[in-house]
Amino acid sequence: MDMASAIQTFMEESAELLQELEQHLLSIEPDEQPDKSALNAMFRAAHTIKGSAGLFGYDAIVSFTHWLENLLDKLRAGELRFSAELVTLLLACSDHIKALLESIEQPQADHQLQGLALLQQLQSYLQPTSLESRTSDWNSVTSEPSTTELKHQLWHLSLRFGPDILRNGMDPLSFLRYLGSFGQIRYLACIDDQLPELSRFDPECCYLGFELDFESNASKQQIEEVFEFIREDSRIRILPPHSKLAEYIQLINSLPEDPQKLGQILIQGGALTAAELDEVLGIQRHEQQASKSARPLGHILVDETIVPAQVVNAALKKQKQTEERKNQETRFIKVDAQRMDHLINLVGELVIAGASATLLAARSHQPALVEATSVISSLVEQIRDGALSMRMVPIGEIFGRFPRVVRDVSLELGKEIRLDISGADTELDKSMIEKLGDPLLHTVRNAIDHGIEAPDVRQAAGKPATGTLQLHAYHESGSIVIEVSDDGGGLNRQRILNKAIERGLVSHDAQLTDSEICQLIFEPGFSTAESITNLSGRGVGMDVVKRNIEQLRGDIELKSIEGAGTQVRIRLPLTLAIIDGFQVSLGKRHFVLPLALVIECLELDNTHNDQQYINLRGEVLPCISLRELFHLPKDTHLKRQNIVVVQYGHNRAGLIVDQLQGELQAVIKPLGQLFKAVQGLGGSTILGSGEVALILDVPQLIQLAERHERQQIGCSPNESAADLDSL
Amino acid sequence: MTIEQQSTGTSCLMTLEHELSIYQAAELFTPLSVALQQHQELELNLSKITEFDTAGVQLLLALKRAAQQQNKILKLSHHSAQVIEVMELLNLASTFGDPLVLTR
Repeated sequence: MDMASAIQTFMEESAELLQELEQHLLSIEPDEQPDKSALNAMFRAAHTIKGSAGLFGYDAIVSFTHWLENLLDKLRAGELRFSAELVTLLLACSDHIKALLESIEQPQADHQLQGLALLQQLQSYLQPTSLESRTSDWNSVTSEPSTTELKHQLWHLSLRFGPDILRNGMDPLSFLRYLGSFGQIRYLACIDDQLPELSRFDPECCYLGFELDFESNASKQQIEEVFEFIREDSRIRILPPHSKLAEYIQLINSLPEDPQKLGQILIQGGALTAAELDEVLGIQRHEQQASKSARPLGHILVDETIVPAQVVNAALKKQKQTEERKNQETRFIKVDAQRMDHLINLVGELVIAGASATLLAARSHQPALVEATSVISSLVEQIRDGALSMRMVPIGEIFGRFPRVVRDVSLELGKEIRLDISGADTELDKSMIEKLGDPLLHTVRNAIDHGIEAPDVRQAAGKPATGTLQLHAYHESGSIVIEVSDDGGGLNRQRILNKAIERGLVSHDAQLTDSEICQLIFEPGFSTAESITNLSGRGVGMDVVKRNIEQLRGDIELKSIEGAGTQVRIRLPLTLAIIDGFQVSLGKRHFVLPLALVIECLELDNTHNDQQYINLRGEVLPCISLRELFHLPKDTHLKRQNIVVVQYGHNRAGLIVDQLQGELQAVIKPLGQLFKAVQGLGGSTILGSGEVALILDVPQLIQLAERHERQQIGCSPNESAADLDSL
Repeated sequence: MTIEQQSTGTSCLMTLEHELSIYQAAELFTPLSVALQQHQELELNLSKITEFDTAGVQLLLALKRAAQQQNKILKLSHHSAQVIEVMELLNLASTFGDPLVLTR
């Protein structure tokens, strides 16, 4: 066995289990007790971690988790009830186990101390107070069970001995005496209906049987063992007392959900012993052979009075539950990320090769071939979408961390905050999930720390004492947008301005628009926090956040209304390795832009060569001539140009190109380091003809266009008439 | 194992000695069943029994049943401590219907 990969699996599974435990804990409403399945899930999480840790010899984890498991066991047995303090303690314990897991290779001394402190708290819940235990002792002394009650606590044994046991040297009396050593026989009837007439009586044959009621704390297994030596030849039936039934059923319900056969479930529940199972399987086999059809196991168990019907039903239900769960689980499989990437690369190559084939087919003018390659293209598109969607992960994975963060931080700061999450199933590429975590976390912390005010401040301002923090994600034309909104105090315009002036970022008489003031937040080292908490306020935050977002080729914008709240909007491109593209050309040069960002295409009258903007149905549309941008040679033969109107977020621009070529599937091949600084390019692709086409970075182009527009507007009134004419 | 037998008319008294177990069951069976057949009443004195097992119980039960069928009487008397212990364990006092009095 590969130890390293086994340990890896253990770590991953334990992390998942801790996550599950945490989620259950966080979802406990105040003054409510969680339901049975939640309690069981929490117990199982601890139990499984303990067991697995034991396999690897991680004793520190085992011993700590053992106490956690005990506590959870009491909770699920109803002996303890949840309270807010207990939930906090359990969360702390879960964190501690996480820390232990992470530092498995180098155990840390302070973990030990922390662990001891937590254990003390756990134990205070586990030990009943001395008063309680004395009370329960008193109760058991003064009350005596009535006879009917007693009957319910009695095992019923039905013994029918095989004829040869006496000859084999066995004496049923000795078994009965042995039973008496760990319990009491309350009632016994000797069954002698098998005794034949004297003439046929063989003194050395056993014709007797016993029916007895037996009071004992022993398990079924223990009782069965008494009759071990005569099991084979005799019919031994051990029926648990009524009170045990409930215990069995409870045990069965709390079994871990591994796929198991009915017999196994019953054995684990304690209602069936292994020997009995063998016997019943034997009966089943026999029936199968004799009449080609056997009763189901459950039926035989009930008919032979080996297991009471209720217990069999509980086990069957458990089995069904487990099967359903198993079906769900097998819906997901773990895949090595490298293999996935390899697959996507191959799909990319397939797209290019397919494009090449389609082009050749078109040139061949053979309708059948064109048709065939068209079918291939469509299939490749579907494979592409399927392969790429495997890399997509719902953003809920990141969002899932935040309930905990919000809870902890609001407790720490003494604020009341409610977290609303929507759009958790909005998907984004796996590679982005990791990089998005930190910026998002910081933004949320800012909102809690600086945005939402303390409850009394809020109430004084006429707001509800509980602040609301909203995390919302959605798709929008080729991007994923994440909004973090709060209904706190908003950005204080004046304070920010003052701080900026203080730091020399702006001159003290500068006129800044609201959005420009908001942008100041993103300057390095900027913070208007009155006090520095250990969360934020040090001013190392927002600029790093902005940088991280930009590294993901996204952007971040801030909107705020003083007194009402703030909204941070993060937009990230859904960079897929293969996109639906729109091909355009300038002279002999081909370019591709993402189809999702294209709004419309217009013809451009060639009279105005250097258009900076056009009038699009009454709207001003800033334009960029790609020819100018990329310094391509002018084409004097060109009669007509085209404008491709693109949109990113709320901004639009027009890209002036020569010809429109149509749609294609483009595999994005990154440009080398050398070209990273080039404005307006975001990669390259290979066309069906084998030529290289450059992929346009539409967001950048739009920004460029806007900048030009602003410059245009902001320039001095002494504009030349020619410029004004071009309006 | 020896049997002391005393017959008086239709009754017979047999005193069984020492062991009444699987080892003696086959041996004992014939004389006991013959005695029952030949008499109206059979009394078995069990004061000397030191070993008494299921086979012994079974034998007595078989005889009791036969006696009932034949409308005869089977009496057990002077049960030894071992016999009493087994009778009580197996709840057989009422089946045989004899008074259980400890002889020692």
